[in-house]
Amino acid sequence: MTDHDQPHLPPPSLWPLGFAIGIACVLTGIVVSTIVAVVGAVIALVFGFLWIRDVTRPVRTPATEVEPESREEYAAITPAEEEGPAEYPRSTFLSVATLGLGGLIGGLITLPVLGFAVIPSFEDQGDDEVVLGPIDAFPEGEFVIATYLEDPDIGEVTRRTMYIRNNGLTEEGVPSFTLLFSRCVHLGCPVQANGLLDEEGAKTVGPNDTRLIPVLVTGFGCPCHGGQYDTEGNRTAGPPVRALDRATFSIRDGNLVLGEFFSVAEVVGAGARAQIYKYGRMTPGVHVDGPSAWLYPIEVPQ
Amino acid sequence: MALPDRGSAIATAPTRGEQLKQVVLYPVDWLEERSGLAGGIKYFLFRKVPRDTSWFHTLGSATLTAFLVQAITGVVLAFYYKPDPDSAYQSIQFITNDLTLGWLVRGMHKWGASVFIILMFLHMARVFLFGAYKYPRELNWIIGVLLLATGMLEGFTGYLLPWDQTAYWATVVGINLNGTAPVIGPFLAQFLSGGSEISADALTKFYSLHMLVIPGALIGLILLHLYLVVRLGVSSPPWSDEAAGRDRAEPPPPKGGRRGLTQPKPRGANGE
Repeated sequence: MTDHDQPHLPPPSLWPLGFAIGIACVLTGIVVSTIVAVVGAVIALVFGFLWIRDVTRPVRTPATEVEPESREEYAAITPAEEEGPAEYPRSTFLSVATLGLGGLIGGLITLPVLGFAVIPSFEDQGDDEVVLGPIDAFPEGEFVIATYLEDPDIGEVTRRTMYIRNNGLTEEGVPSFTLLFSRCVHLGCPVQANGLLDEEGAKTVGPNDTRLIPVLVTGFGCPCHGGQYDTEGNRTAGPPVRALDRATFSIRDGNLVLGEFFSVAEVVGAGARAQIYKYGRMTPGVHVDGPSAWLYPIEVPQ
Repeated sequence: MALPDRGSAIATAPTRGEQLKQVVLYPVDWLEERSGLAGGIKYFLFRKVPRDTSWFHTLGSATLTAFLVQAITGVVLAFYYKPDPDSAYQSIQFITNDLTLGWLVRGMHKWGASVFIILMFLHMARVFLFGAYKYPRELNWIIGVLLLATGMLEGFTGYLLPWDQTAYWATVVGINLNGTAPVIGPFLAQFLSGGSEISADALTKFYSLHMLVIPGALIGLILLHLYLVVRLGVSSPPWSDEAAGRDRAEPPPPKGGRRGLTQPKPRGANGE
C-alpha cells in the first residue's frame, strides 16, 4: 500500500465559503452599488488570504530533517561535489545551446507568421473614400436609408447601411447631416427603421452603388434582441449599452462623402443643435463612458 | 511462433488451419519485430477494467466516434465547399441539392456537430456523478474541459461556413460577444472579423480555423486524454466495492470468447 492509493484531500475549511460570499458581493455590487462591491472585495481578499494561509500550512511548516540516503555505488561514480568549482560539463552546455538555438530559430520563423496572421486585421481599415451621393438626394429633415459598398472591388460582403438625415444649416450656416450607422450597439445586428419606406422614391447613385430609400422614421429597432433607439440614436429600450454609432462627413463637389466612424455615449438635443458625447469607435456591447469603460483601456487601431 | 523443425524426420505436416494461422501471423510478426506496434495496440485495447463497468462508461468512446464522424464527413465536404464570399452559399446549395448523397453527408456533419457536443456533456456528467474526476484523474478532467471548449470553438467557427443570413448574423453576434471581454475583447473581435466589420477574409479565416487549427488542437488533446485513460485505468462506479485498476482476484470463465484475446493468458503459457 503506497501513499498514492490514498486520495489527497485538503482538511475541511470554512474560508472558501466566505471567499465565495465576497465574490458574490463584488458581482452584485458592480450592478447595484459601488459600496457593496468594495465591501465584497474586502471580504473576498480577507477570506482568500485566510484560505491560502490554511491551504499552504503544510507546505510552509519547515520540512523535517531526513538523513540523506547513502548510495555508495553512485558516490563511487560521481566525484564529490563539496569542493572544487561548480560543474558545467560539456553535455550541459550542448543541451542548453541546442535548446537555445532551436528556440531562437523557432522564434525567428514564428514571429513573422504570427504578425501576418494578426496585423492585417488592424491596419488600413476603411481607407477607401465612400461617396454616398449628391446632397440634393437627401431631403431636409427626413431620414434616408443608404446602403452602399464600402469597397466595390471586394463586392457585396462590404455592403453597409447608414441612416442619414439632412439637418439643413447650423446657426453658423454650415451644412449639418446626421449619419447613424445601422450596427446595433448591443451585439452588432442591423437595426431597422421603424416607419414607412418610400420604395417608389428609391434611387441608386454614386460610384459606391449607394441605394437611397426615403423613410418616415419614428425610431430604430433591432430584430435580434429587441434593442430600441430614438431618431437621434439614443437607446429607449432593450439591452444596448450606449447610443448608435455615427460617422463624420464631408461635402466634395456637391457629394456627401462618408468620414470616420465614432461611438457615442449619449446625444442631448436633436438635429443640427444636437450635443454629441463622442468617443473613439468601439466594439458593440462595450460602454464608452462610466466605470465599465475602464475594462477597455486600449483603443483598437483602425 | 515456431517454424516447423526441418531436422526432424518425424515432424508431422502442418494442418491447413496452422498454415492459415501462419500466413496471417507472419506480417503481424514482421511488423511487431520492427515497430512494437502490435504489442502497443494490444496494450492500448486489451486493458483490465473494473468488473462492474456499464453502458455509462461507453459515453467517452461514443464522443470519440462522433468526433471521427465529424472529421471524415468534414474532409469529404471540403472536396466540394468553396470558402469564398461569392460562391460559398452556392457551393453549399450544390452539395445539398445536386451532388449524389451530398444531403446525407452534409446532414451528418450538421447534426453530428450537435451530437458531438451533447455526448461531451453526457460524458462529462457521467464522470462528475461517478466521482471519476478525483485523484489521480484531475488532470484528465482539466483536459476534458479544454476539449469541451475546443469543441465549442469548432461549433462557432463552423456555423459561419454556410454563409447564409443566419450564419452571418449569428457569427456577428458571436464575435461581438467575444468583443465584450475586458481589455483584449475588442482586439479579439477585430481579429476574428478581419476588420471593424466582417470582411472578405473572415470566411476563409473561419474556414482555416475550423478545418486546420482547432481540429489539430482537438486531436492533440484527445490523444493526451486517451493516454491518461490508459495510464490511470478506468474507475469503478461509486456503488462498486472493487477498487479502481486492481487485478481481478480470479478471472471469470470465458463465455465463448477466444481465450488469449479477451482473457489475459496465464504467465508462462505463451505457446511454450
